[in-house]
Amino acid sequence: MAQGMLEAQHLTCERDDRVLFQNLAFSVSAGQAVQVQGANGSGKTTLLRILCGLNHDYEGDILWRGEPIHKQKADFRSSVFYLGHAPAINKTLTAADNLRWFCASRGIAKPAGIREALAAFDLNGYDDVPCYMMSAGQQRRVSLARMKLVPASLWILDEPFTALDKKGVSELEALLSDFVGAGGALMLTTHHSLQMQCPVSAIDLDAWKPGARHD
Amino acid sequence: MTEPAALGLGGVMRATIRRELLLAMRSPGDVINPLMFFILAVVLFPLGGGVEDAFLSTIASGVIWVTALLAVMLSMDSLFRADYEDGNLEQLLMSPQPLYFLVLAKVFSHWLMACLPIIVLAPVLALMLQMPASGITALMVSLLLGTPVLCLIGGIGMALTVGLSRSGLLLAVLILPLYVPVLIFGAGVVDAAINNMAYSGLLALMGAILALAISLSPLAIVAALRISVN
Repeated sequence: MAQGMLEAQHLTCERDDRVLFQNLAFSVSAGQAVQVQGANGSGKTTLLRILCGLNHDYEGDILWRGEPIHKQKADFRSSVFYLGHAPAINKTLTAADNLRWFCASRGIAKPAGIREALAAFDLNGYDDVPCYMMSAGQQRRVSLARMKLVPASLWILDEPFTALDKKGVSELEALLSDFVGAGGALMLTTHHSLQMQCPVSAIDLDAWKPGARHD
Repeated sequence: MTEPAALGLGGVMRATIRRELLLAMRSPGDVINPLMFFILAVVLFPLGGGVEDAFLSTIASGVIWVTALLAVMLSMDSLFRADYEDGNLEQLLMSPQPLYFLVLAKVFSHWLMACLPIIVLAPVLALMLQMPASGITALMVSLLLGTPVLCLIGGIGMALTVGLSRSGLLLAVLILPLYVPVLIFGAGVVDAAINNMAYSGLLALMGAILALAISLSPLAIVAALRISVN
């Protein structure tokens, strides 16, 4: 098997004296989509945050392109796009201002495609509208538009379909399929049943609880 | 997709400052509140303590400095609160750019918005408190050197407490002890100037504190933000 882009070995996370998962091992390679599954509170978000380096309460190893991730921070951070629970959209700023600063914080000067990225998410003409005037679904779309603007090889998405309408869901599914088809690696959590064009493998966190059997 | 043009460190800092200034323009409360607090609190002293010139000029330097310090402390809450709540802080911490400079740019913009108006207005209020004209320049220079330190130290406290829903009192307990040296030197500079004594040594000390704060506190702020986001 080709070397995974992102690998986890013996990953154990304990929160509030409760073990969320134990000895978790998986790998995500280029051109692969992985869905993290599990009941509410099973640690899906925690797992994604651990992988992103936002949560440090874990034991075990995370490898980025075969190297321990803490030695590859700069490379990892410039290759990953993370979408968290909160949309990371400042409501006072306009959609374009939000995207512009996000690009700048990723080291991208004068991003040309902001208008196009917003248009791709059905936000034509919304670039100068302050985000507090938008609906939750539209704010989510502004947040999603960021993935059109930064070159990332790994997308880690926590519930990306939240607040999207039916059309938005199928468009996002098509976009994710295209990304994986073009050699991107994708990790996501969702409770919605995915209709993707590409095969999606699953990590079931309930199977990695202490006491659960896994082969 | 063509590779987008890379942005240098200076460009990233400029973009951050631009964003913060835009935010301040759209919601001016963050700029006006500390300034109003500063004005109102200073105005209350003559009302409560009497209007004798001698009394006022004795307390003028202390009053201006203490009130400025409290105004800065009250303003700190806006530094990371919104970013923490809307998830931008997570994105900031995942930026491949050096966080030291991103945080420094954020604190600098905060200083521009919260402290610069106070410094500009301080001479007017000082004259109202009958401060001798010889102390005015020293007051402005000492505020110019001291308030950035207050913002940087306040940033550490804010980064540590941003995850708590009511951090006001805890923030004060955390950072007020660290504010004390700045207050002592700052008010000392003004008193020395009023009494026609040399105060360049005190200013040099304040400059040294500022240099130390600029070089170390962004590191502490980044570390504290990581703990708060965890």
